[in-house]
Amino acid sequence: MRSILPVLTVVAVIVALWYAAAVAMNATWVRDQAARAGTEVSFQELVPRTLAQDRPVLPAPHQVAKGLWDGWAGQAVTSRRSLVYHAWITLSATLVGFGIGTGLGILLAVGIIHNRAMDQSVMPWAIASQTIPILAIAPMIIVVMNSIGVSGLLPKAIISAYLSFFPVVVGMVTGLRSPDRMQLDLLSTYNASRSQTFWKLRLPASMPYLFASLKVGIAASLVGAIVGELPTGAVAGLGARLLQGSYYGQTIQIWAALFTAAIVAAALVGIVGAVQAVVLKRMGMAR
Amino acid sequence: MSDAATGRPVIDARKVGLTFQTADGPVHALKDVNLSVMKGDFVSFIGPSGCGKTTFLRAIAALEHPTEGDLRVNGMTPDEARKRRAYGYVFQAAGLYPWRTIAGNIRLPLEIMGFPKPEQDRRVKDVLQLVELEGFGKKYPWQLSGGMQQRASIARALAFDADILLMDEPFGALDEIVRDRLNEALLKLWAQTGKTIGFVTHSIPEAVYLSTKIVVMSPRPGRITDVIESPLPRERPLDIRDSAEFIAIAHRVREGLRAGHSYDD
Repeated sequence: MRSILPVLTVVAVIVALWYAAAVAMNATWVRDQAARAGTEVSFQELVPRTLAQDRPVLPAPHQVAKGLWDGWAGQAVTSRRSLVYHAWITLSATLVGFGIGTGLGILLAVGIIHNRAMDQSVMPWAIASQTIPILAIAPMIIVVMNSIGVSGLLPKAIISAYLSFFPVVVGMVTGLRSPDRMQLDLLSTYNASRSQTFWKLRLPASMPYLFASLKVGIAASLVGAIVGELPTGAVAGLGARLLQGSYYGQTIQIWAALFTAAIVAAALVGIVGAVQAVVLKRMGMAR
Repeated sequence: MSDAATGRPVIDARKVGLTFQTADGPVHALKDVNLSVMKGDFVSFIGPSGCGKTTFLRAIAALEHPTEGDLRVNGMTPDEARKRRAYGYVFQAAGLYPWRTIAGNIRLPLEIMGFPKPEQDRRVKDVLQLVELEGFGKKYPWQLSGGMQQRASIARALAFDADILLMDEPFGALDEIVRDRLNEALLKLWAQTGKTIGFVTHSIPEAVYLSTKIVVMSPRPGRITDVIESPLPRERPLDIRDSAEFIAIAHRVREGLRAGHSYDD
């Protein structure tokens, strides 16, 4: 109870600020309407009208909540209006991309720590890859993949992997290098081979670093999948909902899709955290 | 036993020198080190920091490589000896893997060296008994005190039964009382196993209490200033430290350390 009160207070403050902002930002439209009709609006009349518009500049919290509820529970899950349907489209690309990105990231990290040439050549490219805005490169990936006949989930997954491999590389390189000189000397006195050093020391020592990277990586995967949906003609997925929403000025739809993405991201990070807790506990590394 | 019979030293250093090349120029960590260690000896290396005692121990273990002279371990180069797993090494910190239980940590060298599973189990059980940690095999390192962790790391070094045990200030981080108990336990263990032990310390009482041979070293460049063959009997109760003989040896060690230091401050 002691910890929940401050949390609720913060939420309440955010909601209050949000309502205030919604009133302030949507007031212009209400005043314009009134001016056009040649009437005056009092403050008491203004407030409810700012919170019940069809296409508000900033939807009020209860409008977003209603949008979310309609999207999640008000439709059949196979319907094109269902957020569950769109979330699943995005989630599947996210998970495939996350898998590819994690695998690639671990492989690159293993190469980097074992091979001097890779250490010096791969890392600069990996860093350079992340300085290119994903919005610029995503359409090119889609176009190139389409031209070789690959479309649908895979191009989105690749964009997703493009974002998620990087934190895994950085985290795993740090983790695999985390054993100190003494630990390595100890294995040297046993005349351990490089592969024994890897499996018995470097890999287990890197686990906490891996999970920290995976949490960043899975959130990045989701962003990648959403961005990957934008240039595909906005057929399906949370990215498509965002794009359609902005085409037609459906701000409530945009916000509902945004919140869905945030909820999915939070759930994914939570799942990674739960797996981390179980794995580290079984390894004896959690106290 | 044949080594002792033929009189061939287990560790034999002749004019060993070791120079590190650093950004500030060469550092002479060891110079003209001559030393013979026989089978079953307990040799302590004592001296101020920077005297090369740890470097010499690491050179025996092939963790550093002498740049001059000749160093032999069991008649081989240190690197050959390392590849034949001639020694167990105990570091200053216990360095147990946090993701392995105590038994799992002791099993580590056995796994790497490819001992069969039942043999691993037997050896783990034996060395746990030797360091008096029976019943702690299933615990994780963080559940043990510092002294117990260091005992576990000694057990790990003993598990594959190398003839030589090299210990680099293994009790340096522990308090006096725990240290006394572990010193006693180490002597008992040495008597039981008959191993040749190389032991780095900067405590005079510890060196005198434990050793059959005390090597006094001094810094810049790291060299041996005195080698004392201890006249104390092999069986040593803790109160031997109050005997006149003990005090005489400790005095000689102190003199040696002072002589090595005189020109420097």
